[in-house]
Amino acid sequence: MLLKDEVGMLQRIPLFTGIESSKLKLLAFTSDRVSYSAGQILFRQGDEGDAAYVILSGSADILVDSDSGPIKVAEMVPNSIVGEIAILCNSSRTATVRAATPLEALRIRKDHFLRLMREYPEMTIEILRVLADRLSHTTADLIDARSAK
Amino acid sequence: MEPSLARYIWTHTKKQQVWILMIVLLSMIPYFMSFDLPKLIVNGPIQGKGFEQPGTTLPFMRLHYNLPFIGEVQFFSGFQLDRTATLFALSLVFLLLVIINGLFKLYINTYKGRLGERMLRRLRFDLVDRVLRFPPIYFKRVKSAEVATMVKDEVEPLGGFIGDAFLQPVLLGGQALTAMLFIMIQNVWLGMIAVVIVAIQIVLIPRMRRRLIVLGRQRQLTARALSGRVGEIVDGIGAVHVHDTSNYERADIAARLGLIFKIRFDLYQWKFMVKFLNNFLAQLTPFLFYMIGGYLAIQGRLDVGQLVAVIGAYKDLPGPMKELIDWDQDRQDVQVKYQQVVEQFTVEGLIAPEIGALTIDDPDPMANPLSAVNLSIADDGGAMLLNRISLQIKPGETVALVSTATGGAEALAEAFARLNWPDSGRVASGADDLLELPEAVTGRRMSYASSDVFLFQASLRDNLLYGLKHAPLTSVPYDGAAADQRRWNIDEARRSGNPDVDIHSDWINYASAGATGPHDLFEAVRRVLDAVVLSRDILDLGLRSSADITRHTELVGRIVELRAALRTRLEHEGLSGVVVPFEPGAYNKEATIGQNLLFGAAAGSELADKALAANPYFASVLRQAGLDLTLYEMGMEIAKQAIELFADLPPDHQFFQQLAFMSPDEIPAYETLLQRLKNRPHEAVSETDRAMIITLSFAYIEPRHRFGLLSDELMSKIVAARNQFYENLPPELQNAVERYDPAKYIAAATVMDNVLFGRVGNNHPDAPDRIRSIVYDILDELGLYAELLDVGLDFNVGSGGRRLTGGQRQKLDVARALLKRPDFLILNRPLSALDQRMQDTVLRNVLETARCDGHSPAIVWVVTNPAMAMMFDRVIVFDAGQLVEDGTHETLLAGNGIFKELLS
Repeated sequence: MLLKDEVGMLQRIPLFTGIESSKLKLLAFTSDRVSYSAGQILFRQGDEGDAAYVILSGSADILVDSDSGPIKVAEMVPNSIVGEIAILCNSSRTATVRAATPLEALRIRKDHFLRLMREYPEMTIEILRVLADRLSHTTADLIDARSAK
Repeated sequence: MEPSLARYIWTHTKKQQVWILMIVLLSMIPYFMSFDLPKLIVNGPIQGKGFEQPGTTLPFMRLHYNLPFIGEVQFFSGFQLDRTATLFALSLVFLLLVIINGLFKLYINTYKGRLGERMLRRLRFDLVDRVLRFPPIYFKRVKSAEVATMVKDEVEPLGGFIGDAFLQPVLLGGQALTAMLFIMIQNVWLGMIAVVIVAIQIVLIPRMRRRLIVLGRQRQLTARALSGRVGEIVDGIGAVHVHDTSNYERADIAARLGLIFKIRFDLYQWKFMVKFLNNFLAQLTPFLFYMIGGYLAIQGRLDVGQLVAVIGAYKDLPGPMKELIDWDQDRQDVQVKYQQVVEQFTVEGLIAPEIGALTIDDPDPMANPLSAVNLSIADDGGAMLLNRISLQIKPGETVALVSTATGGAEALAEAFARLNWPDSGRVASGADDLLELPEAVTGRRMSYASSDVFLFQASLRDNLLYGLKHAPLTSVPYDGAAADQRRWNIDEARRSGNPDVDIHSDWINYASAGATGPHDLFEAVRRVLDAVVLSRDILDLGLRSSADITRHTELVGRIVELRAALRTRLEHEGLSGVVVPFEPGAYNKEATIGQNLLFGAAAGSELADKALAANPYFASVLRQAGLDLTLYEMGMEIAKQAIELFADLPPDHQFFQQLAFMSPDEIPAYETLLQRLKNRPHEAVSETDRAMIITLSFAYIEPRHRFGLLSDELMSKIVAARNQFYENLPPELQNAVERYDPAKYIAAATVMDNVLFGRVGNNHPDAPDRIRSIVYDILDELGLYAELLDVGLDFNVGSGGRRLTGGQRQKLDVARALLKRPDFLILNRPLSALDQRMQDTVLRNVLETARCDGHSPAIVWVVTNPAMAMMFDRVIVFDAGQLVEDGTHETLLAGNGIFKELLS
């Protein structure tokens, strides 16, 4: 997959829709193309967060440690971004991400990502929107869980 | 040291001075004879005195003497020569005397030059010897650069003077007196004139030169201070930049240079003034001779021959006189210099020479306890660091010294290491005062490491083994010219009072490290490096350096095996896709186009980096392979893309780290180049521009940059060009590149590159770390671990060890202390640059390693954290210079003292 195809994929990610394509090209160029075989770990829960990943092809499982071993909480498909929370909050990884199939991804380094956010407010707002959206989903899930008790 | 230079010289060179004096006196005979000859020649054959009758002959070389009681005795009746023959004979005698005088001068000058150099060598050695014996406190007050400049520069003029010290006054005085006497004999009145003028010179000139000496002393002190300041700037360059004080330093240096200039200019002015006066006085005498002597000759009271002889003799007077006065000036000058230096090197409490005497045999172990008796130590300001401390460390005991901020445990450790001398009380080993034990005992049976590490600018290995180099242990066999040279070295060293021990001998005391020779020393080295957790760092250094193929033959010889083992292992771990190996017939996608074309390691500057595209031979190969146009177009495309991506970014933007093709400051140049070359046919582009564009393509890696510029056809063309390049490689480039050969070691490449013999894929972020640990495993399996560690030990640590991190330096210092296997190991906050976890690990390792194979030294450790004290037999707590608690960890913990407080 070439740089220009990657740019096309990035454009399809909601986070980056508002950003002009030349900047996305720069982001793609300065990111590392990484590939994983099925079962390989992208990062582990508790690791220091140093990068976010955009899935280009293949899929990945999001696993959270629990007393009864890891639980799969979500699956990431192409065009989704994963690992952005840890680099935004300077915290350690909140989950483990494991490739479910052979996986191609774009690895965006933390400092590059933060730099982009500083330089493009529209991207920052988009990220806020996505996060707020996730929070409202989580809240709804929590209410469901509580009321189900 | 002798306060008087003359006495210092006389003590060490009496015999030589007397010998050379005798030679000088002997040389006076032909010298005097040559004075009389001109008169004989002019009066005799030239003016015809005694040859009044044509055909007269006179005896030549008739030897006859009037002896008392016997009367005239004739030994030889001489040759009868006529006027012309006498002229020739006398002239030839004159020539002979000139030659004899010249030869005497040659011998004397050589002799005294050698004498001077030997004395200079002796003096410099004496000075450095004193530096080695100064008490520790002295080094708190001097700047190293000042000491260095004293030893090197300030005593330098002494060398030139020493040969002349006694000789010059005798030689020149003799010459001057001879000339004077001769003038006197010829004519008393003319002689008196010369005497008066000389007297004026002797009285006046030294008086005027007194100011020169004062200025000279100032010059010496200011110059010394300057070198001290320059040394300080170099050592403290970090502080200068951190505080933006470089302009303060500039101002300071400029002010000092201004002062030095003023002093030196004053010196010049005076010097030339004195010279002028001296010359004038010297010229005044012949003026008087011509006037008065001429007048007397006209009056007939002086014959012309006499006048000519007087003037001729006078010609020889001002020279010696002037030199004599110069000599006196030199004497005063070097005496001042000598005194200044000696003053600096005369220190109270110099360590006695016996303490540092060369001892070949190892001393017995220190079986007695180490103790402090009523020990008090004050710092330079007079504050008490330790106040009447008494304690005893038994052999084999491990003791933690815990200290509050003003506790004084560090001073105690320094006292045990003899780096800080007691103000009262003493440190002792058994009944012996520790300060009176020879260093051969304390330096071999005790070791010390602190947070303040000094490393020499040498390899890691040299620094690590430094603590074992106490004495020359082998005698090196020399033969042929080397043996002669060695004999000469010994002989000359003795003549200058220098030691003649052989620096090329093997100084490493293997037994002390628990080894028997160079072959099994490595085990000991590895053990201590493992103990301080430094092996991994050194292995990393080894992987990143290129090995010395003449020394590391095993690594070089087994490289094929090593590469194969790596491949197998990678396959086994499912990582075979991660490293793409170099294959002579295939394109390596993970390497740059440049690397694929050259397919070798550049060993010189001709084919390295940016020079590659500009190399004419390389360009011609590209042309023949039909690649020049393709790569040019590729370069243009890369330039376009790179500029499009990066042109708007500020030059310090971190994204530039990703741009391998050009640096931020090259972007504008490429921008204009691109404008200029757009739409221009390839043929019309100049060679330099073409090289600039093609260079861009050389850095391209398809999987990393993903511009989609690499086709299968291009790859096969590149492989073909690679072969063409090597087929016709011109002789001048034969040594500029080492072709990648799967069966050969590449000397110009790092060890890592050699083992990998390929490129790590760009899309595996954690691959480099994994591969490195696999490489270590393989090296260990194949028994090459030692060899790699050895490559790493070749690493030069830089000035003061600055190429290592602070933590690495401290670890190395501890390893060095441990390697000696001492009876008492004193560690003074040795690992302060490391984090607590690492300190604990090293502490545990050191306690374990120090006690291996039946050896059990006492360990005294000034800990940085009271929690570390848990691992010791005994804990001693210091507060405000007092010993406040002493006991086992449990008892102190049970008590309610300072230790418990410190722990919480």
